[in-house]
Amino acid sequence: MMQFLLLFSRQGRLRLQKWFTPTPEREKKKIIRDMTAMVLARKPKTCNFLHWMDLKVVYKRYASLFFCLAIDDQENELLALEILHRYVELLDKYFGNVCELDIIFNFEKAYFILDEFLIGGEVQETSKQTVARCIEASDMLQETMEEYMSKPAF
Amino acid sequence: MPAVSKGDGMRGLAVFISDIRNCKSKEAEIKRINKELANIRSKFKGDKALDGYSKKKYVCKLLFIFLLGHDIDFGHMEAVNLLSSNKYTEKQIGYLFISVLVNSNSDLIRLINNGIKNDLASRNPTHMNLSLHCIANVGSREMAEAFAADIPRILVAGDTMDSVKQSAALCLLRLNRTSPDLVPMGEWTARVVHLLNDQHLGVVTSATSLITTLAQKSPDDFKTSVSLAIARLSRIVTSASIDLQDYTYYFVAAPWLSVKLLRLLQCYPPPEDGALRGRLTECLETILNKAQEPPKSKKVQHSNAKNAVLFEAIALIIHHDSEPTLLVRACNQLGQFLQHRETNLRYLALESMCTLASSEFSHEAVKTHIDTVINALKTERDVSVRQRAVDLLYAMCDRSNAKQIVAEMLSYLETADYSIREEIVLKVAVLAEKYAVDYTWYVDTILNLIRVAGDQVSEEVWYRVIQIVINRDDVQGYAAKTVFEALQAPACHENLVKVGGYILGEFGNLIAGDSRSSPLVQFKLLHSKFHLCSVPTRALLLSAYIKFINLFPEVKATIQEVLRSDSQLRNADVELQQRAVEYLRLSTIASTDILATVLEEMPPFPERESSILAKLKRRKSPGNQPGAEEARQERERERERERERSLNGSAEHKEGGAAAAAAKTSLYPSADLLGPTGPPPSTGGSLLVDVFSDSLQAGPAPLDLAPPNTSVSEDNFSRFICKNNGVLFENQLLQIGLKSEYRQNLGRIYVFFGNKTSTQFLDFSSTLNVHTKPADPTIDAGAQLQQILNIECLEDFTPAPVLDIQFRYGGTLQNFGVMLPVMLNKFFQPTEMEAQDFFQRWKQLGAPQQEVQKIFKAKHPMDTEVTKAKIMGFGTALLDGVDPNPTNFVGAGVIHTKNTQVGCLLRLEPNTQAQMYRLTLRTSRDTVSQRLSDLLSEQF
Repeated sequence: MMQFLLLFSRQGRLRLQKWFTPTPEREKKKIIRDMTAMVLARKPKTCNFLHWMDLKVVYKRYASLFFCLAIDDQENELLALEILHRYVELLDKYFGNVCELDIIFNFEKAYFILDEFLIGGEVQETSKQTVARCIEASDMLQETMEEYMSKPAF
Repeated sequence: MPAVSKGDGMRGLAVFISDIRNCKSKEAEIKRINKELANIRSKFKGDKALDGYSKKKYVCKLLFIFLLGHDIDFGHMEAVNLLSSNKYTEKQIGYLFISVLVNSNSDLIRLINNGIKNDLASRNPTHMNLSLHCIANVGSREMAEAFAADIPRILVAGDTMDSVKQSAALCLLRLNRTSPDLVPMGEWTARVVHLLNDQHLGVVTSATSLITTLAQKSPDDFKTSVSLAIARLSRIVTSASIDLQDYTYYFVAAPWLSVKLLRLLQCYPPPEDGALRGRLTECLETILNKAQEPPKSKKVQHSNAKNAVLFEAIALIIHHDSEPTLLVRACNQLGQFLQHRETNLRYLALESMCTLASSEFSHEAVKTHIDTVINALKTERDVSVRQRAVDLLYAMCDRSNAKQIVAEMLSYLETADYSIREEIVLKVAVLAEKYAVDYTWYVDTILNLIRVAGDQVSEEVWYRVIQIVINRDDVQGYAAKTVFEALQAPACHENLVKVGGYILGEFGNLIAGDSRSSPLVQFKLLHSKFHLCSVPTRALLLSAYIKFINLFPEVKATIQEVLRSDSQLRNADVELQQRAVEYLRLSTIASTDILATVLEEMPPFPERESSILAKLKRRKSPGNQPGAEEARQERERERERERERSLNGSAEHKEGGAAAAAAKTSLYPSADLLGPTGPPPSTGGSLLVDVFSDSLQAGPAPLDLAPPNTSVSEDNFSRFICKNNGVLFENQLLQIGLKSEYRQNLGRIYVFFGNKTSTQFLDFSSTLNVHTKPADPTIDAGAQLQQILNIECLEDFTPAPVLDIQFRYGGTLQNFGVMLPVMLNKFFQPTEMEAQDFFQRWKQLGAPQQEVQKIFKAKHPMDTEVTKAKIMGFGTALLDGVDPNPTNFVGAGVIHTKNTQVGCLLRLEPNTQAQMYRLTLRTSRDTVSQRLSDLLSEQF
């Protein structure tokens, strides 16, 4: 199974964190520090896999963001790489040419999309269309634009 | 995407986020955040009730602040309130906040559970999905307790939507991982297996994950999944015509599902059914063939997905380890990848070949790639790839290529990254020892190792070289000469000084004939290093000096002078001071004979598993996939054992020297060369004991001589179901009595072995398949021996432990097993309750698998008082006035195990006319109900 997923910028700013097993806050901070340091230190053209503790870490850079996924020892690394890619595709389809700012300003959406795709550290739905349909359907449940614009900003 | 998708944006949130981004400094950011926190706090505390939108917005802001890395200590209650909102977005944000911020032991769980319960029951698929996600995300025990029964039901119900089934399957998987005891197998398991046939590939994918995890834990329950998985896989892999629509990923048919199915199959051995096996082989061949076809797309996603399936197929081939052609094909395929331009593939090929190297069918095929792997070690730019190359070289090493591989590793070590040096050192040390035909090569290799990477050479490594030199007299002269030469270097590593000191102290005499290495030269050489060394090394050198005094009387005066100097006799370190004083005294008062005895050459060490190997194994992460991993490790161990056997064939035990060894070993600091597996380093006295016990074990194993009938006696077993004390076993020779006491999940049993004969029992042993304190090895004629067993109940169980008893009576070996009366009901605590409570709980335990009922004929006279005593003896409380029929018996109790408590209710209805009983048991766990019913129904 997957243990955690981290998205961080080239400067090491964390943009999204998803933990698939309960982890104490202190531990999380340490892992985030380790991961960013380790992944950012990798030279270009090296392989996308690392061994860390008893986990495998699979990472890939998309534009300014690093996607970093930790999986159990017996999981398939190549497929983990494609999980990252599929997630990027899903974000892309939703935001239309996704960029780091989309994820910063709509972090809750990034989480919702992730939840449709993965659950409990396993892939739930690999079909891009199905996930996109689910997200779309939940968006349709939301109140209309006008309703929101009439609300105060603070 | 429709505009509405981003139209829900909370403006206030967006403004806040850009404010934070515009902050020029960390201080400014913190100031802005604190201002916002104060604002939100006042809103939450304000008199005016907040509307759903504002609540959602503020909760979202808190979430953002938390994700920036700040602590959030309020807002949880508002988030929980959002769960019950009827607006989807509000509910969604509430769940998100809880998933991210609530840890599993929060006291809010009860409230959250309430929200989840409502959504689960709502029959609205989007709401159900949200709640299932939340359970999977938080996954706490309380949640498992609350919902473990509902989720399987949702999963297998005919009218559940596909998307909900997927969430339910993975949610159940999550709960099974965190609290397996709360997710018992039931009738749903069979139906889950059939989800492999589902129309919807998404459902199949999720179900396969669930089944794989469950099958790893209880393979027998999911055996039927093998044929279904093969059929499914075959349909995906071999038929080109099938249209998988969106489950085709960059021209690869359902890669995720394929990999999961291949993983599921790795929980099982190759299918025995010929047709099934043929079909699987066909699948695997097709996957291997596809690797040779030209790619359908240039995109890396295509090749990744395709190769992911290929690697998983190879993993399955290696796991089955039964089809030589497939194994060799797999090996050739990986060989191609070794030279692939994609670094990822080279990395994975090296990793995968490691496991392939341990199969007897493919070991030779792997070996043909040695040059490529060595080349990878030299030319790969990526340290993680080089690390895999080291691993593979280690795995493919055998006697034929050991010299080459060790030499390459040593030369790589000179420039290796610090992060992986220690591991390489251990590997070189293990290989050099394992494949040494010529022990001079072994000594050279280890000394080289110390020269190149002295800092990474751990104690285990240099202990081991000494151990081996001492055990093999053909190499001692060479070792002495080599260390002597190595010590000539102006700067040598402290580890070399240790090895040098030890070896010259033992075998310096073997090279003393040469004037270039005369005793005095040897001593001066060692002593020239003395002042640069740490205290433990100095202590070792002092011991070497006293050994010199024995070996070479001509340097006695020189050494005594050194020992007598103030820097030794008054050394600030108490160990050094003591050694100097004692050795000086010993050398002055003891006669040469005594000196020669006390300081005699070390006797051989008993052969045990190399402590280096143990250390190397510890470094490896424990793989926790039971099926595949363990089988592989077992094979690996078998191979190692075989190699070691051939290597140690000549190792002999000199029992006679053992006592002397004890006296001398203590002269050296941490002289226990066997490391952690050996006896604790201690004084001569306790070592003597250890040597003694060791030789006992080394003696001919009595078991081998015994006739192979180790019958297990369970004659009196059932008598102990309702009582704790009595005679468990008796024959002409031996009587075994028991006294036992239990409290909650703990128990203690006193076992008394009585010798009924007039002859002493020798070599007596009584062992349990769990830990026991060993019993005294002899029982005098007519005497009794007592053994105490402490017992803890970890989980509910059926088979009773067996006490294995062995002894010699008048020259013949007696060997038999006695079933210990430790049954589940021993861990009962009686529970008193009123009729109303009883019936309420009785109803709660109404699920069909929770109840076990049995109707049986009375074996004993139907006496009310005896029955009452038996029920109480069984462990439950006997409840009076609960059952409307006064002739019926009703009992209640709780079974305590380490992790859980299982409540049990029982009802016994006698029918005196028919001489029959009806026994009904209800507990929260089906296995417990069954077991208790089996135990109790034997009693009446």
